[in-house]
Amino acid sequence: MKEIRTAFLVILVFSLLLGVVYPLLMTGIGQLAFPSRANGSLVSVGGHVVGSELIGQSFVSARYFHGRPSPSDYDAMASGASNFGPTNSAFLLEVKTRVDRLLRENDLAPGTSVPADLVLASASGLDPDISLEGALLQVDRVAAARGLDIAVVRALVQQMTRGPFLGAFGDPRVNVLQLNLALDGLS
Amino acid sequence: MTKAVLSTLELLVLLLPAALLLGGYMARVFRGERTFLSAGLRPIEKLVYRLCRIDESQEMSGRSYALSVVATTLGGCLVLFLIQLLQGILPFNPQGLHGVRWDTALNTAISFGTNTNWQAYAGETTMSPLTQMLGLAVQNFLSAAVGIAVAVAMIRGFARKETQTIGSFWVDFVRAVVYVLLPLALVLAVVLVSQGVVQTLHAPVSAQTLEGATQVIPVGPVASQEAIKEVGTNGGGYYNANSAHPFENPNGLTNLLENFALLLIPTALVFSFGIIVGNRRQGRALLAAMLVLFALGLGVSFWAELSGNPLLAGAGVSGGANLEGKEVRFGIPASALWAESTTVTSTGAVNSAHDSDLPLSGLVQLFNMGIGEVIFGGVGVGLIGMLFYVVLAMFIAGLMIGRTPEFLGKKLGAREMIMAVIGILLPSITLLAGAAVALVLPAGLAGLGNPAAHGLSEILYAYTSAAGNNGSAMAGLSVNTPFYNLTLGLAMLIGRFATLLPGLAIGAAVARKKTVPGSIATFPTTGALFVVVLVAVILLVGALTYFPAFSLGPILEHLFLGAGRLA
Repeated sequence: MKEIRTAFLVILVFSLLLGVVYPLLMTGIGQLAFPSRANGSLVSVGGHVVGSELIGQSFVSARYFHGRPSPSDYDAMASGASNFGPTNSAFLLEVKTRVDRLLRENDLAPGTSVPADLVLASASGLDPDISLEGALLQVDRVAAARGLDIAVVRALVQQMTRGPFLGAFGDPRVNVLQLNLALDGLS
Repeated sequence: MTKAVLSTLELLVLLLPAALLLGGYMARVFRGERTFLSAGLRPIEKLVYRLCRIDESQEMSGRSYALSVVATTLGGCLVLFLIQLLQGILPFNPQGLHGVRWDTALNTAISFGTNTNWQAYAGETTMSPLTQMLGLAVQNFLSAAVGIAVAVAMIRGFARKETQTIGSFWVDFVRAVVYVLLPLALVLAVVLVSQGVVQTLHAPVSAQTLEGATQVIPVGPVASQEAIKEVGTNGGGYYNANSAHPFENPNGLTNLLENFALLLIPTALVFSFGIIVGNRRQGRALLAAMLVLFALGLGVSFWAELSGNPLLAGAGVSGGANLEGKEVRFGIPASALWAESTTVTSTGAVNSAHDSDLPLSGLVQLFNMGIGEVIFGGVGVGLIGMLFYVVLAMFIAGLMIGRTPEFLGKKLGAREMIMAVIGILLPSITLLAGAAVALVLPAGLAGLGNPAAHGLSEILYAYTSAAGNNGSAMAGLSVNTPFYNLTLGLAMLIGRFATLLPGLAIGAAVARKKTVPGSIATFPTTGALFVVVLVAVILLVGALTYFPAFSLGPILEHLFLGAGRLA
């Protein structure tokens, strides 16, 4: 049948145009015009790659600001959410455990309400940011662990805070890797 | 609530003027008129015709058009199926991935060939860059172009009179790719790369984190795929986390642009429709109905998500803010806005985890998909689905005023009515039957990611998404099994062809008819009354079809939530 022959010809021709020429052209443009962005916004310290500013990584030491909980523990090869439903008892139990740990780690009184992002996992499991409130909550701990003045650390957090795009997209937030790199630069 | 309203207004301020311009442009393209891009693109178009031996002057009957649609869709599925199976021996495979398992490959082939982009696999560990580029991304373009072509043919049917032909599928299809999809994707991809969406052929990068751990970061030709994924209302992510992944959607600007892009062509086509049928007010009336329904669903979602989860508040989370499954750089309002946009269209790309949304948000998402994604809708197919409801609404209005139903000067008869009802009901029956089967079989229940009412919502969501060719998921359900891959694959095929083929049948049928001039007794189809009747018919059909299922899933869970009960 004529239709079938034409269909396969069209698929073949467009596979070349859209599956080879188009992505290679985009790769060429990206690599020439925005090489750092196109290659993953990688951050290097002393010549070796420590991560990507866009991809969250695990921080557990008291000396660093911590990111959000991650279902894959920041394994970048396994992006994804917890997919817990809002009434799932296993989910609520896990959140309570995280709240308790967060309060303990930061020396806060039991029963204190905590910023949601610090105890709830993101959609990608690789969220590079925490909320401004989430960062401020950790200032005292980080300052103490590093022997820094609290005001200095708080000022750094404020300075690195970015607001919502067009006043509507996103919460005031801090990039955790960049904040921690800046901390390392201080001390 | 300020951010919710502001983000919506910003999106609409960007969307409506752009859609008006693109709608005019597409009307010119599909009527074969010159456009400002013709000097550059006409040679490419002619080259494709020559290589594929297409005679661009050859018009087609509805039957021949439909055969071409089926051949192109199934041919695309077959090619994609083979690429996945042979991935292990094909080049551009830096991770040395094996061929994809047959049932996953079959499901994925149908999924991308039908513009669904349901993903049973995780991209970063299943598909090589070659499969992503040459297989998946190509079908993103082609399946979108098929949808646009069929919509154009159906519109043409209403615009023509007493003719046996509705245009040439090959010409509509090639023009949709060359003049519409490719230029939009090129521009969007460049902007996305400039903001941090990766575009490279490198293997994954190994990083030594500040605390000394090793993090392997997968990169690839993402921006080129991300752009067409949104523009073509496809929704298949390069990464498992889809548009929530920072490499697919790194900041607020890319989020706004991607959200805009996935609504652009469906909205523009409504304007094209008005122009091609020679009645711009008709296009605007359809758009008004869509905007009303969009605002209703969005309002419910905003209210639900911004009210928060009382169970979380009880656990010590400030305000009970439902940030589970949401990214800080988007926040709750922009996540809800995207979830609404991706389910009213057949996109299915997600920037948050729908499984963790509050029950009433889930209800709205299920409703948006269940009515057939006619609020803007998928590229092409959304308008087709909306026209099914128009036929139904005109039939009901005709009964009430005691006249033969008419639309755009065409008398609507039994054939049009039967086709519209098939287009509306067959996907609904498919998804309800599929979900019912999965709910009673061990193979279906084995995949549940959450207990009780939410589990029922997960299964219902899967079949609704498949039959609606949406592709988003309540992803806690484990679906990469032969049972789900095959049953959901079948639902996707039925959903796709139950929209495309009745749409063509109606287009061909009305093209054969005379156009009768309107009289004083004709039901007016451009005013507020028409919009109200249309919206009411859509809400009624949706409610009557799904209320029993919804009451056992999201509605029950919402009542549990209000009573503070865990599942």
